[in-house]
Amino acid sequence: MLKIEDLHARAGGADILKGIDLTVRPGEVHAIMGPNGSGKSTVANVLAGRPSVEVTSGSVEFEGRDLLALSPEERAHAGIFLAFQYPVEIPGIANNYFLKAALNAQRTARGEDELDAFDFLEIIREKMKLVEMDEKFMSRSVNEGFSGGEKKRNEILQMAVLEPKLAILDETDSGLDIDALRTVASGVNALRSPDRSMIVITHYQRLLDYIVPDFVHVLAHGSIVRSGGKDLALELEEKGYGWIESESTVAKPGVPA
Amino acid sequence: MAESENPELQRLADREYAYGFVTDIEADSIPPGLSEDVVRLISAKKNEPEWLLDFRLKALKRFFEMLANGEEPTWAKLEFPPIDYQDMIYYSSPKRSKTITSLDEVDPELLDTYEKLGITLNEQKRLQGIAVDAVFDSVSVATTYKEELERQGIIFCAFSEAVERCPDIVREYLGSVVPYSDNLYATLNSAVFSDGSFAYIPKGVRCPMELSTYFRINAANTGQFERTLVVAEEGAYVSYLEGCTAPQRDEHQLHAAVVELVAVGDDTEIKYSTVQNWYPGDKDGKGGIYNFVTKRGACRGRRSKISWTQVETGSAITWKYPSCLLIGDESVGEFYSVAMTNNRQQADTGTKMIHIGQDTKSTIVSKGISAGHGEQSYRGLVRIGPKAHRARNYSQCDSLLLGDRCGAHTFPYLEVKNSSATVEHEATTSKIGDDQLFYCRQRGISEEDAISMIVNGFCKEVLRELPMEFAVEAQNLLGISLEGAVG
Repeated sequence: MLKIEDLHARAGGADILKGIDLTVRPGEVHAIMGPNGSGKSTVANVLAGRPSVEVTSGSVEFEGRDLLALSPEERAHAGIFLAFQYPVEIPGIANNYFLKAALNAQRTARGEDELDAFDFLEIIREKMKLVEMDEKFMSRSVNEGFSGGEKKRNEILQMAVLEPKLAILDETDSGLDIDALRTVASGVNALRSPDRSMIVITHYQRLLDYIVPDFVHVLAHGSIVRSGGKDLALELEEKGYGWIESESTVAKPGVPA
Repeated sequence: MAESENPELQRLADREYAYGFVTDIEADSIPPGLSEDVVRLISAKKNEPEWLLDFRLKALKRFFEMLANGEEPTWAKLEFPPIDYQDMIYYSSPKRSKTITSLDEVDPELLDTYEKLGITLNEQKRLQGIAVDAVFDSVSVATTYKEELERQGIIFCAFSEAVERCPDIVREYLGSVVPYSDNLYATLNSAVFSDGSFAYIPKGVRCPMELSTYFRINAANTGQFERTLVVAEEGAYVSYLEGCTAPQRDEHQLHAAVVELVAVGDDTEIKYSTVQNWYPGDKDGKGGIYNFVTKRGACRGRRSKISWTQVETGSAITWKYPSCLLIGDESVGEFYSVAMTNNRQQADTGTKMIHIGQDTKSTIVSKGISAGHGEQSYRGLVRIGPKAHRARNYSQCDSLLLGDRCGAHTFPYLEVKNSSATVEHEATTSKIGDDQLFYCRQRGISEEDAISMIVNGFCKEVLRELPMEFAVEAQNLLGISLEGAVG
């Protein structure tokens, strides 16, 4: 579904990604872990098309299309969803209005009919149960006055409604207590399907106890230095990122020493 | 010459000469310049009674005095070159208006805007001065309109017509809320006002429909110094809509209108809504209209109420402060405003709420949106007089900045001379962040729609005060005015 080849990217005046290769097939859940500054969020931003990130070389193919040639909204229409690390507040726009507009924009782009208020209400009520959100949140402005946990649950709610093909979760666990983490994780797990892939970006192994990945990649200094199964995450937890750093100076997998 | 500032109309005018549409133009034109003769001419052309001519002449004298004393107001945060009052034409005969024969001759961009605003073909023709078909047209609608209104004793007509039909009412109230010497531009208007609207609602009558200038047949080119007077007696209600969402170009650069509202008796209510979209000038700010307006309402009766709602998106420079004099006990004044400045527009706008009677209340909600290089100031005065016991005011001024080359400023003035008053003031300034836009786009909403949604959310409180038909057009207008705002 997703094929990233030798991706290099700059942000904030510095080269952040220095050659990322990654392939994600339908139904797979990939975790990307790494220390601060490794470029994890940049990967997410490149995929979503954030204007402040510049791709300097490399390619990204999504379902056979050149993803980098599409605008952020076109990528959304194609089925890409980013659960933001720090979801913004948008005062004056109600959550339900926003979500309905987003859903209808995507449906229209795909040549489907728009949903009216009633149909939408049905969908939203169903999805809200997944993340245990109260209906009263829907009439509030987008993320306005939401706690950290509520914001993250709102991201997953939106994901549930928009039904993306590729969901990128950017440090969804940051700022969450155990209960919120469990709720968010169960919401995400309920959305796993053979047609849907996920990239879970995280610092800590803990989230991966709940959202069990198929593959784990470790990002350091702008490139993937190690890939493995879910056990790699446990090894990382035990030995710390320092271990990866020292290993990576020795050899990158697949690159002759 | 004022004409050459708008080359497009000049081109059209020249074309007309080629087709020979203009006939006795020489007889009806007067050269630029302002003098007592000009004022007498204006008054004579309209067959005005002596008392009205006197009013004009007194104002003219005062105007020249003000100019000589350097009383041109300069305190607003606006920059514009000095106005040469002698370089304007103060009388334009209706016959001289530049009529066009078909919509093909109109700037396609203008037509595009009409379409986007949902303005019907016939309305487009009317706005461009094209003769409208007999099948459906504003005239016949206005006629049915007028009959129904007249049955209830409501008078709604052009100001000049009102002078003939009900001179006593006009004489009693003209200048009673905005005295002829109020400020330079009101004084100029009092001397040379061209025409405007007049509405009178008798005691206890609730006007059954919105009075709208859409339906008032107005001779073209007389919008320069409009004079409007609305008088509502005890227990009466009227909702008045002024303005147009379609961009109105005019070769006259200075628009100095005066609007006076009088809520005469107890429980009277006047609702006055404006959507202003005068030509804002090009991207470099050249050629736009200066909209310097004096609007004021007097709540004379007990529990009387006047609300001003405005959406200002046009004009190169907007300078207006619709105000309320809260004279009657328990009277209420309201001001809801959305002002948008883009490119090189400037706006210094706000309101004055003067609390005089007891238990009076005022509400101010001002939303300013600045984009491009637009500069905007909110200037509000809440004055609570010594006898205004238990007066209450709530003010909220919010500014929204799009991009980082525009400006928004707030100058609230509070003068409180009564210790039992409650005055609340809130202000926020925010920017549509790149993050917010990206968030919307990542969910599949286009940048244009995202800005539109955010701006509408921002203006919600004000837009919902507009009568419905205006609200929809106003929303579309905001969207169009924002095109290219986030470069």
